[in-house]
Parts: sequence; C-alpha cells; structure tokens
Amino acid sequence: MLGQYLNPEAMRQRFYLWALRSRPPEPVPIFFSQRRVYVLPTRAGLVFGLALIVMMLGAINYTLSLGHALVFLLAGLGIATILATFRNLVHLRVTTGRCEPVFAGEAACFGLILHNVRAAGRYDLRLHAGEGDWVHCDIPANASVAIKLPLPTQRRGWLELPRVTIETRWPLGLVRTWGYLQPALRCLVYPTPAHAAPPLPIGSGDHHGRHRQGRGSDDFAGLRRHQTGDALHHVAWKSAARQPDADLQTKYFAGENSEALWLDWAELPPTMDTETRLALLVHWALEAERAGLAWGLRLPQREFSPDRGDAHLHRCLETLALYGQA
Amino acid sequence: MRISIAALKPWPCMAKPRKPGAPPLTQGQTVWLAASACGVLVPLAPYLPLWLDALCAVAILWRGWLLWRRVPLPPRWLVNLMAVVGAIGVAIHFRTLLGKDPGVALLTLFLALKLFETRSARDAFAVVLLGFFLILSQFFYTQSMVTAVAMVATTLLVTTTLAVLQRSSTPPLQAVRLAGSMLLQALPFMLLLFLFFPRVSGPLWGLPADAYSGLSGLSDTMSPGSISRLSLSDAIAFRARFTEPPPDQVQLYWRGPVLTRYDGRSWRLGLSGLASEAAAQMAQPVDYEITLEPHNQPWLFALDHPSRLPPNAVLTKNFQVVAKRPVRSRLRYAMQSVLDAHVGRNESADALGEALQLPADFNPRARALAASLRAVSRNDAEVVARMLARFRKETFVYTLSPPLLGRDSVDEFLFDTRRGFCEHYASAFVFVMRAAGIPARVVTGYQGGEVNPVDGYLLVRQLDAHAWTEIWLPQRGWQRVDPTAEIAPNRVEQNLAAAIPQSDALPLMTRPELNWLRQLRYRWEAASNAWNQWVLGYDEQRQYALLRLLGIPSPDWRALGALTATAGGVLMLALTAWTLHQRRRADPLHALWQRFERKLAKRGLGRAMWEGPADYAARLVRALPRREAEIASICTIYQAARYGKLIESAVTRRQQLSELKRRIAAFTS
Repeated sequence: MLGQYLNPEAMRQRFYLWALRSRPPEPVPIFFSQRRVYVLPTRAGLVFGLALIVMMLGAINYTLSLGHALVFLLAGLGIATILATFRNLVHLRVTTGRCEPVFAGEAACFGLILHNVRAAGRYDLRLHAGEGDWVHCDIPANASVAIKLPLPTQRRGWLELPRVTIETRWPLGLVRTWGYLQPALRCLVYPTPAHAAPPLPIGSGDHHGRHRQGRGSDDFAGLRRHQTGDALHHVAWKSAARQPDADLQTKYFAGENSEALWLDWAELPPTMDTETRLALLVHWALEAERAGLAWGLRLPQREFSPDRGDAHLHRCLETLALYGQA
Repeated sequence: MRISIAALKPWPCMAKPRKPGAPPLTQGQTVWLAASACGVLVPLAPYLPLWLDALCAVAILWRGWLLWRRVPLPPRWLVNLMAVVGAIGVAIHFRTLLGKDPGVALLTLFLALKLFETRSARDAFAVVLLGFFLILSQFFYTQSMVTAVAMVATTLLVTTTLAVLQRSSTPPLQAVRLAGSMLLQALPFMLLLFLFFPRVSGPLWGLPADAYSGLSGLSDTMSPGSISRLSLSDAIAFRARFTEPPPDQVQLYWRGPVLTRYDGRSWRLGLSGLASEAAAQMAQPVDYEITLEPHNQPWLFALDHPSRLPPNAVLTKNFQVVAKRPVRSRLRYAMQSVLDAHVGRNESADALGEALQLPADFNPRARALAASLRAVSRNDAEVVARMLARFRKETFVYTLSPPLLGRDSVDEFLFDTRRGFCEHYASAFVFVMRAAGIPARVVTGYQGGEVNPVDGYLLVRQLDAHAWTEIWLPQRGWQRVDPTAEIAPNRVEQNLAAAIPQSDALPLMTRPELNWLRQLRYRWEAASNAWNQWVLGYDEQRQYALLRLLGIPSPDWRALGALTATAGGVLMLALTAWTLHQRRRADPLHALWQRFERKLAKRGLGRAMWEGPADYAARLVRALPRREAEIASICTIYQAARYGKLIESAVTRRQQLSELKRRIAAFTS
C-alpha cells in the first residue's frame, strides 16, 4: 500500500494534480495565480551562483571593497531576475482556441489563446505538450496571442490535449519559471488515407441490383483513373496526349438518371481488416471530393446519402474516425 | 468545422526544434559578445603584458572581421593551439602560472580565444561568466571612483549581452533598457548587502608572493638618494584627521623606521625589542586618526612620540609603532601622541652602544672634524650646537638632485660637494655625532603635510618623506635634531616646494604658481578620501558603528546576519507585491467592469463567458426589471468607453471613467 503510494510514477501524478490545483481537465479561462507558478534556477543560474561564491571568496581574500560591491550587485541581479522571470508568467490568462481535425500521422495543432492583461509585455514564453515540439511566443502589453501547440498523432479518434507545460527563462536565462495547464481541448484525428488504393469504385458493384451500368452519357462529370473494361471512347485521349507519363484517365458522365457514387463498407473484400477498410474509404472520400463528385458513404450501422462539400466530407470522416469507438 | 483538400498537407505550425537553447548564436548575439569582451578587456589593458594586449586586440578584431564577412570560425584545433601557446607565453612572462597576475592574464587569454568557440548559448554563457570574473580582477589593480563607474558600465554591457543571449530578437536599445532596469532593481539589494552583510577581514588563505608588488613607500634602509627618489612622487602616503586643529607644521614629525646600523653607505634597522615605557605625558596629548595607504611594510606612522597605540600594534625600543603584519590594504587607526615628550632617559647600555657603532675605516675627514669639535666643546650639547652652526654658516645647498658620492660619502658631502637632500644631512650629522662619542641615530618618516581645505584632512604625500636624527644626552634622553632645518628652514616650516630652488624639477602640483590646479586637486582628493573612508574602507568596525547608530547596543556578526536576512526578505516581499500589484493598474476600465460583474455575480447574475456587454445587459434587465435605468446607463458608458470612437482628449476619457466608477459604486445589488 505504502509502496504503491511511494512509487515514482504515482508520486509524479500526485504532484501534477497538486500543481494543476484542480482535476484535469480544467475549466477555462485558466489563470496563472502565483500559487501555480514555480520558480527554480536553471543550470546556468546555478553556475552563476557558484561563480558568485568564488568571486566573493576572492573579494574577501584580497580585501577588495569594490569586489564586494560587484558580487552584491550581481547577487541583487540574481534576485531581480527571479522576480522578473516570475512576473513574466504570473497572472497569464489562457483560453482555448480552435483545433482543426488532422489525419493520423500528422501533427495535431491545439489552439491556445494567451491573454496578457497588463501594461507590460511578456517575452519568450515557451509551451509544449506531451511529445510535441516547443512553441515560442511573445505577447505584447494588453494583447492576446493565439498559438498552435503541435502534438504528433498516431491513432484515429479523439486526441485529448495532454498536460501542457508553459515556461519562461526571460530575461537572463538564470531562472526558470513554469506552470502546468490542462484545459479540455481535443482534436479529432481522421484515419490515415490509404497510400496504394484502387481507383474510385465508380460503376463497380451495386448490391441493390439497380442500374448496373447507370451512367448516362449526358454530362461530363469528371475524370478518374482508367480501368480495364472502360469504354475506349471514354478515355481522355487529349489529356493523355498532354501528359504522356501520367496514367490513362477515363471520362465519366453524370446524367439525369446517373446514380451517385457509393463508398460501401460491405463491398470491400470480407478478409480486409477494419483499419485498412477505413483507410481505403477515407482515401476514396478524399478522391471523390477532389473530383467534385457527389458521393455517399455506407457503413454497417450508418449511411450518408450522396452529397459533396466540406461539411459532408467532415461528417463522413468524423464517423470513420470514430468507427468502433464509443 | 471546415476541412478542405488542403487538409492533406501538414498544418503549418510555428514549432521550433525540441531542445531549447540548442540553436547556434545569431550574428547580433555574437556582436554583443565581442563588445562585452572589449568592454571588459579595455580597463584591464594597462595592467597586462603588452604582448597579451596586442594578442587580445588582434583576436577581437579578427573575430569582428569573421563576423563582418560571415566567414566560418577557425577549426577548434587551431583555437586550442593558440590557447596552449598563449598559456606558455604567460608562463614565460611571469615565470609561473600561479598567482594573481598570471591568473588574470590567463583569464584574459581564454576570454579572447573563447570568442572563436561560441557555437552555442552555453559557450556564450561561459564568455559572460569570464567577463564578470575579469571585471572583478580589475580591482586587484585599482579601486578608484573611476574604476567603480567603469565597473557599472561594463556590468551593464555584460548583463545586456546575457539578455540578448536569452532572446536574440530583442532590439539593442530595448536590451540595454532591460538590463539597466534589472540592475536598478538589483541596486537596493547591493546597498543592503554592502552595508550589512557580515564582513570577514581577509586574507582567508596565503596570498601569492606577487599580491602586493608595486606598493611604494619608505623602506627599511636609507642610502644617499633613497628619499629624494620618493620626493618626486606626489602619491599620498597617509591622511590624518585631528580631533582638534592640527599642531604647527614644524611639529609634524611622522616617525617611521629608526635606522641605527651603518655600514659606510646605508643605514639599516637596528636591534629589535619592545619598549618598556611609553612617552611620558608631559603635555596635552594630541588625538588623531590615520588612514594609511598600503605600503607592504609593517610600520605605522605616528607623531613623535606615541603615547597610546592602536590594537594589533606594538612600540619598539626605538619608539617606532609596528603592526603585527605588513600593511597590505588601506588601514585606519587611532593614535595619540605627546609632542614634546622626553623619552629614553634610562636607555639601556646595549641601545647606546649600538647608537655609537661606526664602521672602522670610512670617512677619516669627518672623524677628524668630530675630534676637533669635541676638543673645543665643554659638553655634548655644545658639540651638537657647533656642528649645526657649521651647517648653517657654510655654503650647504638643499637640493633634490645632489651629485653622486664615492666611497667616503660623508667626507665628500661635508667637505667637497656640500649639496644634498635630507638623507645626506642626517647621515653626515649622525656620523659626526657618533665619531664624537654622542649616541645618535637616523629617524626616517614624513615631515609636514598639507590640510585639504575641502574636507579638513591632513594629506601626507610621498614627497613629504624626510630623514632627521636623534641624539642621546644624559639626563635628557633622546632629543630630536633636524639638520635639514638648519640649511633649509622652509622645508620644515612650510614644505618641500618652498625649500627647493626653482630650477629643481618638482612635481607639477607642488609648484606654487598653479594654485587653481591645486584647488581642483584638493576637491578631487577630498572626494577620493571620502570614497576611501566610506566605500573602500567600509569594514567590520564601520559596520558595527552603523549598527550602534541604528540602536543595536552590542553589534556582532549575528546581528548583522539577522538584519541582512530581515531587510532582504522585506525588500523581496515589497518587490513581489509590486510585481503582483501591477495587474490591477493595467486597465482601469476593465477593472471597473469586473467590479460591476462581481456585484451581480453575488446574486447569481455573473456574466457568462460568451456574453458581450449588450447581451449581458439585456439579460440583467430581464432579471432585474426595476434597475433597468441603472443597468442601461452603466452598460452604455462602458460600451462607449470600450468600443466607441477614440476619445480625443484625455480629460473626457477621465470624466467617462469617473462617471462609470460613480455609477458602479452606487449600484447596490
């Protein structure tokens, strides 16, 4: 019991809980009161202190009155820099900003807004979260700055913003002042699009048994990669002549009676595992969107009727991202 | 939420590499580093070997050139090689690598070479620390007011560099202002620590042999020319402050080393031993305090004859005050003397025997003179009087540049050249007295001094160095006889400048026609003296005196420590409070509005985060219909002040604020 209590990881967790002054996630706005800002000397600060001791011994030994004065001035500088560094962070107010969805493997960018409500600027604040890189920023007097805090992503689904460390060593780098924050902020991570994917399943299987070849030839609707079996007169020869190295493209047409493109979970080979299916569906959804097609998505439990546009794409990708997750 | 095709590209984040501090130095940072090195090295240059000055100058210029042309740094091995060669140079120059001077030279060398190795912030921090060390090392050589000003300037420069190292994008002027404000905040701490931090009197460990090279003053031997050499220096030997008006110039004989042994050329210190009696109190004693410049010799100076000694000093048989160890830093001590005391009436036979000793085969003509004087005199006093009369009547000249003397120096001086400085007269007089059987000895020290009208201190300079004699007469003891006074009475009654012929080279300042310059120098020296007394001479004793003044009856280091800690803590708290307080003053309008919100929050009508003032006001009015007018007016003024057109005059703005303040204060929830 006691051993569990003293286990380093558990102790660290308790420290962070105590340091955050509330159970994460915290409500915004987060205000850095003096109770949650910590100050310790940096390595440079420790070396500086050591140097001061050596200088003091020299000043005493050689009875250098001005040496005393210099050492005391530098000691005062050390104290002043503690206060200045502390002041650079304390009473900072943080609110959350936007957090755009990303594809797994990209860096999620959590938006935080730092508000400086006082007449002096704040300089060289550094933030980082989890495995992410450090972000540097300055905030002018009475101003707010929006920053994007990057965090690498691996898995699809919701990514909660982990504990964020905010620190500063301004102005002299002798002292580090830092604090923690963990606002409720999460980023939607879409599945990674498949790399080597078959072309859009246009005209391929319609398990409802209607309009097997339901493509009218009335209106040109776009280009897609050539597939064996496409009618030769639909091949985009002009475009092939322009780009001889590119794959052959097939023109396809949307008519009054033409049917929209369906991306169907059930039509994929039954041996395919869930993540590969999701990756493929994402790839197709993006491709269809790029081609300007109206497309629908059919999943085991849900169905999105054919549509196009960012909102539609986002709805579908969100469902794919959260597929199988509560 | 919007997602577009661009979503396929990674988001542009302003992320920097993970490790902070890793980036290489920017050009601006390097310029500041080089400037710091320059600022630190320039004040040290006069005290370093010339070749090292040149090397440092070349290094800094070369670094500047590399920076200017954006040429990459030389390879590391080359820099290391230069460091080794430079260190060997230092070792050869000083014949050692240990000690103060070679240490400073090595630090200088490393600072100059480190400029070629500043690849990261850590290297740069090493340069900054070296800079601080070298600022300190400057005080080995000088601690004047000018040095203090230079110290402040260089510290500002190095601190600015530190600030720029931390944030390279800081514009130069802003960086200087930042460092300046940090140093201003450091100032109260410095004053506090300087005044109350318990002082330890050094040294803590053995000092290297060269620690006090270059201190000048009277030595423990006297040969022709040794005192006249000092007379060319107007450096201050010591300062004296009398509790009452200082005695007459002719009584100001500052007793230093008493020389009894003569080898035919030089006079040396005699037997040592402690005195058995202090000066008898025949007359009113004179109290005074002396601030002695370091001269690396144990003796202290006191008026003839000392009657009360400072602690840590003893009185020798020759009535010379000697400290326990050489005076290596400015020393302040209180003394008491009796000006016309009779001492040594019961002098021991040993001492009298030593005061009669003469080398056998020197100066036959002087011996003959002594014999003839003795033959025509009835007693010792008459021999003395006749010898002095001889000096007065014959054509002796008092001069700073006497001719060189050969083996029988006393003979040549008395009978041939007849030109000499005080040591010639003292030496010849003592020789003749001893030859005539009268115990006699040479006393060296200083004579006279000038009162600085600005602060009232009596200044005694090296050029006041003097040599006189003492003879021993039965029943009367040791009597001072100054043969110089017979030849050049002005020397004793006024000063050196009055006694020396105009043609002799004198230190510029002592020339009487340069009165205005002297006035200027009086002021400067009074300021230096105040600096020496209160800043450089601030020690344990002065600390305790200050504490007594503050009402602490028996101060010790514990009281000092407690006072430092308490005052430091209070200062720290005050600064922290100031730091935290600043927030409230930032935006009065915002503060007022928050006050309004707080009042309503008590009734559960706090403003929601997303609510603007208009929405909030509408909700408030719905909740409190009877207060509609008040709420509407407050919100209208607030909105006008916050979002309205910029108000031209500050007066209207202030009216607006005070109106809002009044209404919010009147608003009772």
